[in-house]
This record gives sequence, C-alpha cells and structure tokens, in this order.
Amino acid sequence: MSAEKAIEAIQLTKRFGDFTAVNQVSFEIPRGEIFGLLGPNGAGKTTTIRMLCGILEPTAGEARVMGYDVAKHAEEVKQRIGYMSQKFSLYDDLTVYENLGFYANLYGVPREKLKPRLAELIAMAGLRGHEKQLTRDLSGAWRQRLALACAIVHEPPMLFLDEPTAGVDPVSRREFWEMIYQLAGQGVSVLATTHYMDEAEFCNVIGMMYRSRLIALSDPDSLREGVIGVLFEVDCQEPGRAELVLKDLPLVQDVAAHGVLLHVQVASEKQRAELEQTLQSNGIVVERIERILPSLEDIFVSLVDHENRQHKRADKD
Amino acid sequence: MRQGFRRMATIVRKEWLHIIRDPRTLALVIVFPVMMLVLLGYAVANDVEDIPLAVADLSKTDASRLLVDKLTVSGFFMVTHSAQSEDQILEMLDAGTIKAGLYIPEGFGREVTTGGTGVVQFYIDGSNPTIAQTAQLAVETVSQSTSQEILVQRLERSGAGMTIHLPVDARVRYLYNPNLRKMNFLIPGLVAVILQVQTLLLTAFAIVREREQGTLEQLIVTPVRSWELMLGKILPYILVAFINVAMTVAVGAIWFGVEIAGSIALLAALSLIFLLGSLGLGVLISNVSRTQMQAMYMASFIMMPSFLLAGLLYPRENMPWVAYYAGYLLPVTYFLEIVRGIILKGAGFFTLWNWIWPMAVFSVVVFFASVFMFRKRL
Repeated sequence: MSAEKAIEAIQLTKRFGDFTAVNQVSFEIPRGEIFGLLGPNGAGKTTTIRMLCGILEPTAGEARVMGYDVAKHAEEVKQRIGYMSQKFSLYDDLTVYENLGFYANLYGVPREKLKPRLAELIAMAGLRGHEKQLTRDLSGAWRQRLALACAIVHEPPMLFLDEPTAGVDPVSRREFWEMIYQLAGQGVSVLATTHYMDEAEFCNVIGMMYRSRLIALSDPDSLREGVIGVLFEVDCQEPGRAELVLKDLPLVQDVAAHGVLLHVQVASEKQRAELEQTLQSNGIVVERIERILPSLEDIFVSLVDHENRQHKRADKD
Repeated sequence: MRQGFRRMATIVRKEWLHIIRDPRTLALVIVFPVMMLVLLGYAVANDVEDIPLAVADLSKTDASRLLVDKLTVSGFFMVTHSAQSEDQILEMLDAGTIKAGLYIPEGFGREVTTGGTGVVQFYIDGSNPTIAQTAQLAVETVSQSTSQEILVQRLERSGAGMTIHLPVDARVRYLYNPNLRKMNFLIPGLVAVILQVQTLLLTAFAIVREREQGTLEQLIVTPVRSWELMLGKILPYILVAFINVAMTVAVGAIWFGVEIAGSIALLAALSLIFLLGSLGLGVLISNVSRTQMQAMYMASFIMMPSFLLAGLLYPRENMPWVAYYAGYLLPVTYFLEIVRGIILKGAGFFTLWNWIWPMAVFSVVVFFASVFMFRKRL
C-alpha cells in the first residue's frame, strides 16, 4: 500500500530541548505530486524536510519516504531522494562541472553514463558554456539551477527542495518552477517549502505550517473554496466608513482593505443582499459586489487568525 | 566496497582541489613550519656566547692579562669596552651596554707573584638568568683554571725542574650531541610540534568549513559513509603534513646542520602513526565546533600544552610532577622522544618501543573514536 505513497508522515515530532520545532505532523503525499509546504520562517518547514531526508532524527513519530522508514532504512532513502538545501550549498571554489561530477561520483552514477548525464544536466540548467566557471562567480539564479542539477544527478524519484527560490529574481523563479514541472511530468515526486504564497499556485497539494503544526492540507482549489467561507469584493464610496460599518456586522467574519476595494468574508453566498442593504441604509453608495476566490495568502492569514483564537481560548481554559 | 572506495576517492579529489585552488593558504601551510623553525631556531636555540664585557685592568701585569685572555678565549665573553674604575663599569651595566664587568685592582699582580691571593671583582647583569648563570659558571671555571696554571708555574719554578701533574682529571665525553648544541635538541622537537599544529588545524578547518557553508548537510543526504568521508578528508592532509616533515627535517639538516643519525624510513613510518592520531584529534575538535573560530580556540587547548609540556623547550625532568605527568597525556610527548631518538641517537624500533606503543595506542583509539563520533547527522 505504501508503494503508491511518496511520503507518509505519522505524528512526526522534533523537539530541541524545551522547544518543539515540529509538533505531531501527519500527512500522505501520493507519488508524482508537487507538494508545497508553506508557512512563515520558523514554522518548522525546514526541520520537517530535514527529518524526511534523514539529516535529523525525529523525536517521536515516524516517516516513510518512497516506502522506506527514514529512521530504520536511511541508506535506502538516501539513494532515492535528491535534496536541495536552503543556501544552495555548492563548493564555491569548484567549477560548475566539478560540482556536478562530485555529486555524480558520490551517488555512484555508473562511469559510462557519467558524461552524457552531466551534459544533459548542464543543458537542462542552461549552463552550457559555463562548465569551467567557478561556482562563486555564478549569479543567484544560476547557482540555484546548478544546485538543482546536483540534487537530481542520480535521477531520484523523490526531490526535496528547501526554499528553492529564495533570493532569486521573479523571472528565474518562474523558469525554475517550469523545470520542476518537467521533472514532475517524468514522474518525480516533489516536496518544496516556500514562504512565497504565490508559488503555492505551482503545487498540486498544499500544506500550511504555523507554529510547528500543520494547520491545513489540501489541493489549492479546495482550499480556496472550502476553508474560509465566501469572499466578496466590495466597490463602494467612502470605503473607510464602510469598513467600520461592516466590521460591526455579526455576519461578517473579516473585512480587509485592498486599495479602494474591500474584501469581506462571510459564511455563505446568500448573505450578499444583506451586505448591500446594510451599506445602503448607512448612506453608502455601493457600485458593485462581486464574489472572488481568496488568494492563498488570504487563506493563510485567516487560518492563522483561527489558530491564534483557539490558542487564546485554550489558554483561558 | 568498490563503491565505497570510489566515494572516498571522490572526496579526496575534491579536497585536493580545495587545497590547490587556494594557493595563498597552501603557501602559508608549507612555509609556516619552515618559518617557525628558522625563527625559533635563532630565537630560542641561541647558545649564550660573546657576552659583552667591560674590563678595568688597573694592575696591567702578566697575571691580569692572562686572566682576561682566558676569559676571551673561553668564547663566553667578548671584551667590548675598557674602563678605568668600578664606577664606570657600574654605569655601563646600568645603561645596558655590557652584561658583565671585570675590575682588577692595582695590587692584583703583586699579590699573585708574591704568593698571595689576587682578588678581582666581577659584575654580572642578573636580569636575564640564563646569561647570568652562564657568565657565573664561565667566570668561575676560568678563574679556577687560571689559578691552577699560576700555581703550577709557581711550584715548577720553586721545585727545581720537577714536572707537576694534577692529581684528578675528570674527562667528560658527551654522547649524541657532542657540542651540546641546543639546536640539536630543538629541531627534532619542532618537527613533532609543527606536525601536531598543522594537522590539528587543517583537518579541523576542513570539516568545520563544510559545516559553515552548509555543504556538510548536503553530504549527509548522499550515500557517503562517515569513514569514507573522514578518510577522504584526511588523506590529502597527510600528504601535506609529510611535505612539512620533509621540509623541516631538510631545513634542520641543511641550514642548522642537524643530521639524521637514524633510519628515515622508520621516522616516516612512525610519523604516519602519529599523524593518524593527530588528524583524528582534528576531527574530534570539528565535531564539537560550529565555527572555524571555535575550532581555532579548541585547537589552542591542545597546541599550547604541546609546546610547553611535551618537552620541546624545557626538559620534562625538571618540571613539577603535575606538569611532568600531564605531559604523558599528550601524544606529541611520545612522538617528540621518538623523533629525538631517531635523529640524534640513531635509535631503532626496539629501543624506542616504550615510546612507540603508547603513541600507537593513542592514535588508533583516537582515530576510530573520531570515525565513530563523526556525526553524519547534524
């Protein structure tokens, strides 16, 4: 059964002394999916990824990667995964080709396949003609693509990317995700962490981490539809006063100003009329009320609010 | 196994690239021991000789000239100034222009020729105990032998043609270091200590640097095993350390004239055993250090005692018992005895056995402990 799963994490927990970095995180990712782990810095994403790669030992819980237990069969796991760490850890004083060759030899890429494989990777990473350049002279985007090439030199069926796009310009970020798509198209399963919410759009499955916990796990569309009710975009005059009016309304879950527009969150589609009436009875001219899909950022903020409210309630009890 | 060897060779190749891509560090690594040898060689091993001496000879007789000649001929003193009075000598001592002064009073010659005791006053600057002790010993010896000579002359003159022989003549012969040159004592010791310092720092840095760069984390997810990684990292530095040994021994022989009495092959083999342990220590240090700075200070904890307690500069036999026994905890103490034994005495394997086995035990234990403890997990 586990053969179809790329990752299974069961109550995965990591404590450093008194601090719990990852708290009872459970999830299952089918093979061939791109799984995005979102959350602010310090949420526990990197610690989770490090446990899955066998760099850190879990304090409690267990995890299987490509069907192998990360604690018991670390060597089996290592042969099947590629890992790109946060800082694109490359050897600065080695050339592009030497960095690639180093990892290829460590992973035991067969000698007769070595040359064609490296040529293929250099072409993929767009580094042709730069083979002899020292890595320290490469730009951020090139280092990123070289790090990716190093991570997949042994054609692993599972790829872990920790903040793969940090410090890279938007165009290169998009190109990078194109490459990830191609790999996923070839059947590679991917787990990527990021704190850019917009990048989650590239993922098939999204997990949101906050304060060491996994607070949401779903595909992007269901997240948009289901998690936080209905979002209306309100175009009206006197938006400042309108915001105050709506805030006091019991049926409104949240109001946020987006430029001159207001984003109003309510429980259901049917409450549109009630919103309009309230505003008009307060003497505010309403131009337009339109249902919109929330961005992942909206969803994350709303989930975090929800989580914090629960925390407070728990503290009071 | 073959895959393991390939991975190790890959690490070796990479480490070698790091070494040769950084020629400035490489130059320092190679030049540093030789520089240290030359500097220490001149600074520490300088035997006390030609102590500047001022002479106030008011006697101006054969006897006084004989005494001054004998002081000069001994090689310990050089007459740099002449003075007219005791006050002048004291002034020059105050000013530091001389380290010793000899005042021969007017009546000295008369006392000596008439069979009395000629008293002279000798001043020594005691601020540097080494110079002062040497000067004292030298002046005592010289005055005694001068006395003897004068006494013999006197007796021969009065004893009507008979020759006088001194009743006791102790003949001293120094083995191994016939001229008692400190350099001979120091060079072999420096070879040992330099090796210790080099290997410790180089390996500790080589591993901590990967931790700092984050590449160690990347290595941990590869199938490389800790012993492959360790050996792969250590081997290039063994080569570097061997170049260091060869260069220090060569400079010692060519520049300072300290030749190797024993077998070079034995020296090389035992150096290898020592290196294993020393590099292992470097790995242990890198296990507990997060930054190169920490590693540097950790290494100093081992380096300072190596300089002081192992018997490089001062003989261990003269140390208080705590320091004496603490020396046995340092592998470099054993290695120092071994290197001195081979270079100075031409000692063989069996003669040195008592020093070899503790060092070998230490090296093997430390090496395997370091492989074992080398944490592949962060």
